[in-house]
Amino acid sequence: MTGGRPAETWHGPAIFVEGVHKSFGDVQALCGIDLVVERGKVLGLLGPNGAGKTTAVKILTTLLQPDRGRALVEGRDVVRSPAGVREIIGLAGQSAAIQEELTGRENLEIMGRLYHLDRPTRQRRAAELLERFDLADAADRPTKGYSGGMQRRLDLALSLVAQPQVLFLDEPTTGLDPRSRLGMWGVIRELVSAGTTLLLTTQYLEEADELADEIVVIDHGRVIAAGTARELKNRIGGDILEFAVVEPTRLGEALEAVAALADAEPVVDRETGRLSLGVGDGASDALVETVRRLDALGIRTEGLGIRRPSLDDVFLALTGHGAEEPGNGTDAGRPRAGRRH
Amino acid sequence: MTTTTLLPLEAVDVPAPPAGRRMRYGLADTATLTLRELYIWFRNPAFIFFTLIQPVMFVLLFRYVFGGAIIVRGGYVNFLMPGIIAQSAAFASFGTAISLARQLQKGVIDRFRAMPMARSAVLLGRLVADTLRLAVTVLVILAVGYAVGFRFHNGALPAVLMVLLGIVFGVTICTVSAYVGLAIKDEESVGSFGLVWLFPLTFVSNAFVPVPSMPGWLQAFAKNQPVTIVIQEMRSLALGGPLALHAWQSALWLAGIIAVFVPLAVRAYRRAT
Repeated sequence: MTGGRPAETWHGPAIFVEGVHKSFGDVQALCGIDLVVERGKVLGLLGPNGAGKTTAVKILTTLLQPDRGRALVEGRDVVRSPAGVREIIGLAGQSAAIQEELTGRENLEIMGRLYHLDRPTRQRRAAELLERFDLADAADRPTKGYSGGMQRRLDLALSLVAQPQVLFLDEPTTGLDPRSRLGMWGVIRELVSAGTTLLLTTQYLEEADELADEIVVIDHGRVIAAGTARELKNRIGGDILEFAVVEPTRLGEALEAVAALADAEPVVDRETGRLSLGVGDGASDALVETVRRLDALGIRTEGLGIRRPSLDDVFLALTGHGAEEPGNGTDAGRPRAGRRH
Repeated sequence: MTTTTLLPLEAVDVPAPPAGRRMRYGLADTATLTLRELYIWFRNPAFIFFTLIQPVMFVLLFRYVFGGAIIVRGGYVNFLMPGIIAQSAAFASFGTAISLARQLQKGVIDRFRAMPMARSAVLLGRLVADTLRLAVTVLVILAVGYAVGFRFHNGALPAVLMVLLGIVFGVTICTVSAYVGLAIKDEESVGSFGLVWLFPLTFVSNAFVPVPSMPGWLQAFAKNQPVTIVIQEMRSLALGGPLALHAWQSALWLAGIIAVFVPLAVRAYRRAT
């Protein structure tokens, strides 16, 4: 590793955060966060806009100081030895921090210079990364002309120039189209299989599900749930069966008929006549049974189907409110489920 | 030496690198970022326009459009050149403010700060690159000035000193602009209103017209503000005239501005994230 001394004496987790508080004026961004990430694992930090995800990443990457509590990266204290932390971390952010007048290769080689790699090493590293991130063809073109997905891939490559032991990715796919998102996932998965410890923040449950060994859900600066994707989904009832009743007067009747199929309290939207029930992993049985029961009663439905739980469902289940706070409208293309007014 | 601890969650000690290496890395980082800024400048047509074409346009406009109407001893072109050099040097600081705001906004600076590089290198590299950029602007203006009739009348050494004073003045204004860019943190705001103060500062001065031609209330400001004083000294260096008084006043003004705005810029840079 080029990231300085290995932490020989450190046998603890790669990331250890204990009781971290941070406020900006009157706004409490973090109110006592605890996090543990074992070496080589992936933690997905999941939460809506303004939950405190970015603040947590900024504290762990030494960009902000916590007001209280402590944070260690490979045993190095972010407040007491920030320089030591910077030697072993990589950071890729929400917005691609590439310089668009420069080519992909120039961006990478300048990064190599800033990590004090010698010329042959940084040239080799740049070539390797361009190859690995599928940017070799565009290597010598100014990055201004890169697509959104290419820019994010280059951005990620920049954070890997010095082969960091711990990598922080702050919403690596926010704003990307679905195809580029899949591409990023592939790249990240490959990275993780090589043994890098990764902390990833995201607004997408699906993304945390795909990439993370463990998920921590935060809201208003507090950890509200932690566990594997499976554990979390079981907590919110796995898959969700949803339909609307055509005649609103029969909503109560429909609810009564199917309530027993749900493994939690069904969510009812009286305005639109929509019913959502968590059905665990028995989705297809529940679907057949629902059709049978409603048909027997002669209740007509619209848009009957099964979907995977969204971040909104997680929030609904965990906090009783949706992930979307009023006035927070920057999420790109996420389906808005379970929305109530 | 690292200490072995029994409690696994006691933080490990990371000894700071020796001062010699820190210094070497600091210089290397500054050089790298200077190079980076120059690359960006070369590739950006807008920056080329602002640093090369716009100043040349100003020289030609003032020389031929306004020049005929303004009568000064020694000829307008000789009067104009020191003024236009100072004005262009001050306006070159637009680039400083705008690109710092842009890099902050885009997260480039955050990225640098999460890396094991000298933190001061971002500002220093910027300033070194801007100094080089300024020097090019000043020399281009001089060349155009020579083509349209300007001549030094006071010998070689004062001529060199005039050019240097113009560059130092520009760099000084860059420190103010750096602070503005880092404090406002928004490229568009910086571009639209962050730097309006440059207009009264450079135009309500003796850069283009003699101060006595202005109304009395404006003269009070125009006579005593730093741009006028620096230009007065540059004129004396270029064309001959008393040097001592304005030399001291210029030195005090420039040192004062640097003493105020460098710490402000550094503080804004530390806080901005």
